[in-house]
Amino acid sequence: MSLSVKHLLGIKDLTPGDIDLILRTADNFKDVLQRPIKKVPTLRDTTIVNLFYENSTRTRISFELAEKRLSADTINFTASGSSVSKGETLIDTVNNILSMKVDMVVMRHSASGAPHFLARHINASIVNAGDGINEHPTQALLDAFSIREKLGSLKGRRVALFGDIMHSRVALSNIYLLTKMGAEVTVCGPPTLIPKHIEKLGVKVSYDLRKTLEWCEVANVLRIQLERQSKPLFSTLREYALYYGINKALLDSLKKEIVIMHPGPINRGVELNSDVADSGHSIILDQVQNGVAVRMAVLYLLAGKKEE
Amino acid sequence: MKPLFNQQQLQITIERLAHQLLENHLDFADTVIIGMQPRGVYLSNRIVSKLKTLLPAADIPYGKLDITFYRDDFHTSPELHVALETDIPFSLEQKRVILVDDVLYTGRTIRAGLDALLDFGRPESVELLVLIDRRFSRELPIQPDYVGMTVDSVAAQKVKVLWKEKDKKDEVVMI
Repeated sequence: MSLSVKHLLGIKDLTPGDIDLILRTADNFKDVLQRPIKKVPTLRDTTIVNLFYENSTRTRISFELAEKRLSADTINFTASGSSVSKGETLIDTVNNILSMKVDMVVMRHSASGAPHFLARHINASIVNAGDGINEHPTQALLDAFSIREKLGSLKGRRVALFGDIMHSRVALSNIYLLTKMGAEVTVCGPPTLIPKHIEKLGVKVSYDLRKTLEWCEVANVLRIQLERQSKPLFSTLREYALYYGINKALLDSLKKEIVIMHPGPINRGVELNSDVADSGHSIILDQVQNGVAVRMAVLYLLAGKKEE
Repeated sequence: MKPLFNQQQLQITIERLAHQLLENHLDFADTVIIGMQPRGVYLSNRIVSKLKTLLPAADIPYGKLDITFYRDDFHTSPELHVALETDIPFSLEQKRVILVDDVLYTGRTIRAGLDALLDFGRPESVELLVLIDRRFSRELPIQPDYVGMTVDSVAAQKVKVLWKEKDKKDEVVMI
């Protein structure tokens, strides 16, 4: 058994079999993370560089921990403080790093398609840790892992994605993954934040928060990404919170249990109120914990991929 | 294909192995049994259920160990191995561990198993129980403490242990 791809550029390129293999392998790594010694020697001869051209807390720490738990050697690179400010190109930077015998590249970049571009020019395996507004595959995988852990399966589950669908790479990766695995997906938010023709990806569109919450079993609430909005797409954050913010009073009035997820960082009081984010419905911290196991699975399966 | 054990011989051998364990461990107070995934678990299941009939009062800790992430051929084996469940819900600190596998061949699986065991604590001792010992084919200095049957074989041959739960009959054959 192995993956059908050499790189993890996006969920778009994966087969349902690949996704299932990653999730099943992550089960085993989650077990490793519960042991007294939370580490296996599998990748001790592998060196991985984490290239972060864009800010990150969770993803970077999670990848680094996953690499260390697999006994890989790691190098961290952030664009600020590097020769990128002297004008070095992406390919030059990466080729210089690879010439020091690095085997895999984990990259986050603000330009959509940057890892795809890199994959055409270098030999090492690439893991996309988020590219612009395109994809964030490991986030979708850990979201799926968390849903599966909480509800037992993905097939037939009703999952709603709320908020800034337009600018969210988490949304796109989640849509690809959930539809491939047979879940039903609805995207919900103000019309200005929902891309036209998104229903062609196999999702339903709703502008009504309450109705969508009544429909769904899982609510994945996305962050409002003000830094990616070049022009205002809603009047004020207060207005957004009024129409699309999720709070405890609203959830209590539904008389049903909904699993609440958020990829972080949370804008507390905007898309999600603290009385929901910190409640028993929320599996936000489980998502973060599962992220390490899922990333270990991705790195293990890509590093072990045999040349054809 | 040469049969080594039929169903009855297999049963007698498992009973003998259980009694040999009893000889050395008496009441199983500090002893735990660990079956090696995938196929050692069928043998350890049988041994543990036999021990339960011999020692109805004892509560013998029993776990399963998968060594996929500890293999020494991650980059050289022709295919990527998929891990199975590891289930050791107790500490191995200061315990006498009996490691159980179906066939001992090069010794590399057991080497990986010893590495993996240490991640669950420092055992007082580790013993190895195997159903079939293919002697003269070891690549590492590893020897069993309890053996069902010793077999002389060449590398081109294969020893296959079949279990009713998985393969519809109990039998050991050399191919």
